[in-house]
Formats: sequence, structure tokens, C-alpha cells
Amino acid sequence: MRVVIAMSGGVDSSVAAALLAEQGHDVIGLSMQLYDQRAGEQTWGSCCTLDDLQDARRVAAHIGFPHYIVNFERQFRDTVISNFVQEYASGRTPLPCAHCNSDLKFSTLLDRARGLGAEHVATGHYARVEQRPDGRWLLKRSADSDKDQSYFLFSLTQDQLARAVFPVGTLTKPEVREQARRLGLAVAEKPDSQEICFIPDGDYAAFVERKQPAVARTGAIVDQSGRELGVHGGVHRFTIGQRKGLGIASTIPLYVLNIDADSGAVTVGARDALEQTRLTASQVNWVSIDAPPAPVGVRAQIRHRHKAASGAVRALPDGRAEMIFDEPQPAITPGQAVVFYDGEIVVGGGWIE
Amino acid sequence: MQRIYLDHNATTPLLPAVLDRMTVVLRDQFGNPSSVHHFGQQAKSAIDEARTDVANLIGAEPSEVLFTSGGTEADNIAIRGATEALEAAGKRHVIASAIEHEAVLNTLKALSKRGWRTTLLPVEQTGIVAPAALRAALTDDTAVVSVMHANNEIGTVQPIAELAMAARERGALFHTDAVQSAGKIAIDVKALGVDMLSLSAHKFYGPKGAGALWVRRGVRVLPLLTGGRQERSRRAGTENVAGIAGMGVAARAAAKKLTEEGRRLAALRDRLEAGILRAVPGTAVNGAVEPRVPNTTNISFDRVEAESLLIALDLEGIAVSTGSACSSGTLEPSHVLKAMGFNAHRTQNSIRFSLGAANTEAEIDRVVAVLPAIVEKLRSLTRTPARA
Repeated sequence: MRVVIAMSGGVDSSVAAALLAEQGHDVIGLSMQLYDQRAGEQTWGSCCTLDDLQDARRVAAHIGFPHYIVNFERQFRDTVISNFVQEYASGRTPLPCAHCNSDLKFSTLLDRARGLGAEHVATGHYARVEQRPDGRWLLKRSADSDKDQSYFLFSLTQDQLARAVFPVGTLTKPEVREQARRLGLAVAEKPDSQEICFIPDGDYAAFVERKQPAVARTGAIVDQSGRELGVHGGVHRFTIGQRKGLGIASTIPLYVLNIDADSGAVTVGARDALEQTRLTASQVNWVSIDAPPAPVGVRAQIRHRHKAASGAVRALPDGRAEMIFDEPQPAITPGQAVVFYDGEIVVGGGWIE
Repeated sequence: MQRIYLDHNATTPLLPAVLDRMTVVLRDQFGNPSSVHHFGQQAKSAIDEARTDVANLIGAEPSEVLFTSGGTEADNIAIRGATEALEAAGKRHVIASAIEHEAVLNTLKALSKRGWRTTLLPVEQTGIVAPAALRAALTDDTAVVSVMHANNEIGTVQPIAELAMAARERGALFHTDAVQSAGKIAIDVKALGVDMLSLSAHKFYGPKGAGALWVRRGVRVLPLLTGGRQERSRRAGTENVAGIAGMGVAARAAAKKLTEEGRRLAALRDRLEAGILRAVPGTAVNGAVEPRVPNTTNISFDRVEAESLLIALDLEGIAVSTGSACSSGTLEPSHVLKAMGFNAHRTQNSIRFSLGAANTEAEIDRVVAVLPAIVEKLRSLTRTPARA
């Protein structure tokens, strides 16, 4: 089959591409340029920099398949970046990688692929896609539980899953590096990218301020009774559960409990006040089942590094869902995803409200 | 896969005779042209011969031809070298057209950072610079005017003689980047009335890394590279002898069959253009159809991203191009089409086809045959902007 592989220049997508080519598929490598790379404007970019694009090109040349760079600056700005900035400005904590997957890689890039005669898009994600005998497409955790990225892929629709290929989803990271060495790929020992790709210095607040200066509006830091403890430089500087950078002297450690973008108030309190047993989510995408009117038992993951916790989920009207945990969970954060699992299978997921 | 190369404005393959000549120079005539002995004389004479051939291509005197590393360096020497020489005379203004190659545009940007005023002349929707626009922009302290002879993206030919006369009347020097016209149409520097003219060997079947700047006798340009006395002290550094010799052979070959090959290419180009306009709905030619270099056409495809079309054609073995590529190799909206007044969509849906020596009617017909289905497929997948 003809397949487009989205190549970041990293080891995972490089091995994914090489494995597909080795299996005899007609592979076309596409690297997405997501932001301006001209000299002088190089203020961001840890993934898909000029060096990364060169790495992708070299892998393609080494294996021997065509490779192109496509300019998605506009689409990236209009979908991922604008959402990222808007979420922080609204006092929420965004998850840009998930938006990038469903709104860019498996929409714009998929369209491009189909225009080139490829009905499938492959990526270097650590996740698995399988089709059940009844035809339903399933998204499953990767074989490497430490690297699993199914959390970032929950919003893929049935049609998107049907066209998604994850060649390294059945491998562990050490196995991927081993494959890279076997295939003679120059990126075999390249370090993993860590930060959000478009903010390599990790200073999200400064990035949001550059994009939307009006967000830097001072507000009050208050305790749970509403008493003012201090002032801050904008709600975009905070995330639920944050402990550092509050600038307040206190005998007990204080955590951010709530962010109210309208009033600008950031509520802080003791750690136990962070724990909640209930959450609701919107724009829920049901993957392995249809929207369940009655509660079904699942394990739910509320952030990338969270160990999925047991409870029950049920669908609400308007594409929403309610999750009740068996045990209270710390720092349920609006803007992050909640993904429901049945063992390794993604049941569905949505955006925490 | 039988590949069809339709990107000759980007670069051309070496003429076999060029390769032969360069091989001989690289292997046997390795002397340093500045050396007094036999080996040096041999290399020097290779350069002299090439200088005559290049001069003949543009109706110039050999002594007025200065070899460079290519078109970009020639443009830089012309604009930087001449402005620097005129700084003492109180000149502080440079003019270029808005559709110049980046070698000119970014050189103007660099000058503006050093305090020079710069004016970019608008073009009409045809891609032509109106002489009246130049007359309006000229001032008493204008040092240099630079307007390209033929545009690399759309192929239109500027009224250089008229523009150069306007510059001369106000005491400004006139430079033309003839990188895309040399070897494609006849050039006579005297008839054009220009002061400086840039050439690049690899656009007319010579090697990359070789170019030339013609400087009319009496025009002073300060060197960018200082060092030895090569090229009459205007371009220091041991000469790229093989490249220069190759450029000479290419220039001679181009001059010899200019008219005949131009006629052949124009017929092929017109066949391609007419074929596409007929076979693919929603297509249009960008820029004036005349006067135009005979090998170039630039066509917009409504509701198609040029980037996708280019890749799809490459997968079919057909090599074409859009405007300029950025540092990563992705495509940017064409500044040429933008200057011509086209909207954002059209600056990103246009493809340049540039033909050359090896192209045949059969190849052109194959391109016309495969395009409709490719365009149709791409159009069927165009979606409205993704949800936020």
C-alpha cells in the first residue's frame, strides 16, 4: 500500500518509516514545517527544526524513499497555537499534542496524503490500532507502557483510526533504538524530545504573552475563604496543582486549586483540597463503545504521567461525560484530557471542564 | 521511472561538451592562472578564451567581463560595489523592482540597514515594470537601479532599454540581472544601454559555482573580496578555472543556437500551456504572455495547493517548481505573484514549468495527459480550514 509517514526527524518516526519501507510498502515521507525557520526569528522549535528536517531527509535518502517538507505554518497557527494560547488565557491548561494529532496530522496531513494517492498516514506514536471483527477500530496502549502515547490520540475518530498506522506501537523504546541501529539510521542515538515542540525553553507563560500580550493582567491570589494573599501577573502563569512560583510565604505548602479567568483570581490551599472524585468532560470521543447512558467501569487517566484510576463513566447530553472515581484524584485540571481505558483498550476520552 | 525535467529555470544539466572541457582543465590544466610559467599560462588562456565566449553571448568586450561564483555574487558586486563607490559622491538611494530575485532584494535590505534609502518599484498585473514608475522613483541621489531582464518565476521580459535610459537621464547606474534571459534570448548590452549585467552559468547548461558580471568600461565597482589582483583587482582569489572554462563553452553553445532553440522551446511551451488550459478547468497563465522568455510558463490552478501539486507531479516523475523555497525547502507564497497584485490564494496555487534542451513533444503530451486526474483528486480533498 502507499502510505505517508509523518517524519519529525526523531528516532521513532524514522524507524516507523524504515520498517514500512522494509515491509515493501510504497512509502512517502512528509515532514511538517510548523513555524518560521528563518534566521533571526528562531526563537522556538525543539522538534522539526532545520536540523530535524535534515535528519528526516537523510533517513529517507538512506532507506531510499521520497521525502518532502510541507508548510503547515498557517494550519498549525490556526489550530494548535491559537488553542494553546486561548486555553491558557481562559485559565485552563492545554494539551497541544492531542490537538496536533487530531486536527493536523490526521486531518490536514491525511488530506494531503490522500491527494498523493496514499489512503493511510503513519506516525512514530507509541500506540496500537486494531480492527475488531465487527469492523470497529480500536485504539490500544503501546507495548511499552512507559512510552505509551494513546492518551494523546484519544480524539481520533473511527475514520481517522482506520487510516492511522503506528509501526512502532508494538515495540518498546529500546527495541526501536535497536531497530534503528540494525537499519543503520543516523538518528539511532538521538535523544528524545521532551518539551512541547514549539516552546523548547519551556517558558509557556512568556510564549503566551508574546502571542497575546493582553493576557498579562494582574489578579489576586486568594485562599479558599477569599482572603487575598498576594498578586500575580496573569492567570496564564498557573496550572492546577502548581506549587512553585506562587511567591507567597506560608507555613504549609500551598497549591493552586482553582483559576478564575474572569475575575483573575487564583485560589490556593493545602494539598488535600486538591483532591476530587468527580469530573466532567466535553467533546467526548467514544472509541470502543457507543456513548454509554448508564455508568460503565473504566480506569481513567487525567494527564500524561497519571496512573489511570478506577471508577465509572457515563455519557451526558451534548457530547459530554461524567466520571466518578473510586478514590479522590489530585489536581484534576481543566483543559487536559481525560481518557477512559478498559485494560489496554481506549474506551473514549474528552476534555476536562 | 521515466522522469521529465521541467525545472530549467532552477538549473540545467551540463552540456556534454562542457563536462569534457572541464574534465580536461581539472585533470591537465591545473596551473594557477597568476603563475608566470607554462602551467599558469595554460590556465590563464583557458580563462581568456572563456571571457571572450561570455562576452560574445552578450555583445560585450571581453575586458568588461568579471567572473564570479554565480549570479548571486554578480548581483552583490554590482549593487554593493557600485553603491559603495558612489557613497563619497553623496548618493544614498537604491531602486529595484519588487519582483527581483532574493539576491537583489536582500542586498537592498542589507543596504537599508546601513542607512541607504531603498525603493521597490511596483509591477503591473502583467509583471512588467512601468518606466513611468521608475521615473517617479528616481531622485538626484539615486546611485543604482536594478531591474531584472527576465523574471525567474513568470518569464516576462522587462523593457530594460527604456528603463535604463530613464536611469541614465537622472545620473543613476543601471544594473540588470540577466540570469534568466542569458542563453534564452538575444542580449546586447549596448542596445540595452545598461551599465552592469549579471549572468549565471548553470542556467544555460554550464556548471554551478560559475557566473559573471559585465561592467561597462568606466563604471567603478569596489571589490567585495580583497586580496590578490585577480579579475583586475575586482574579485580577489584564485579563479575557478574549470568552472569558468565550462561557462565559456556553455556560452558559446548557447549563442550558436539561440534563435533556433528559442523557437523550438517556445513551440513546446505554447503546446504545454494550451494543453493545460484546455484539459484542466480553473487554470490561468500568470503574467504577460509576451514578451516572455521562450521556455517559461507559470500557471495557477484554482482550488489546489501548489505544494501538493508539485509533490504529486514529482511522484509521477514530473519535476516542476513554484517560486522560491525557504531555508527548509518548503514553499512560500510567491513574492512575485504578490507584487503583481494576486490574492493569497493565487500566490500559493501557481506552478512554474520551465523547459529546456532535452524536452520533447512526447514529454509535454504526457504532462498534459496526467495533470487533469491529479488536479481533480487534489480538488476533491480540499476541505475548509480545520476546526480550532
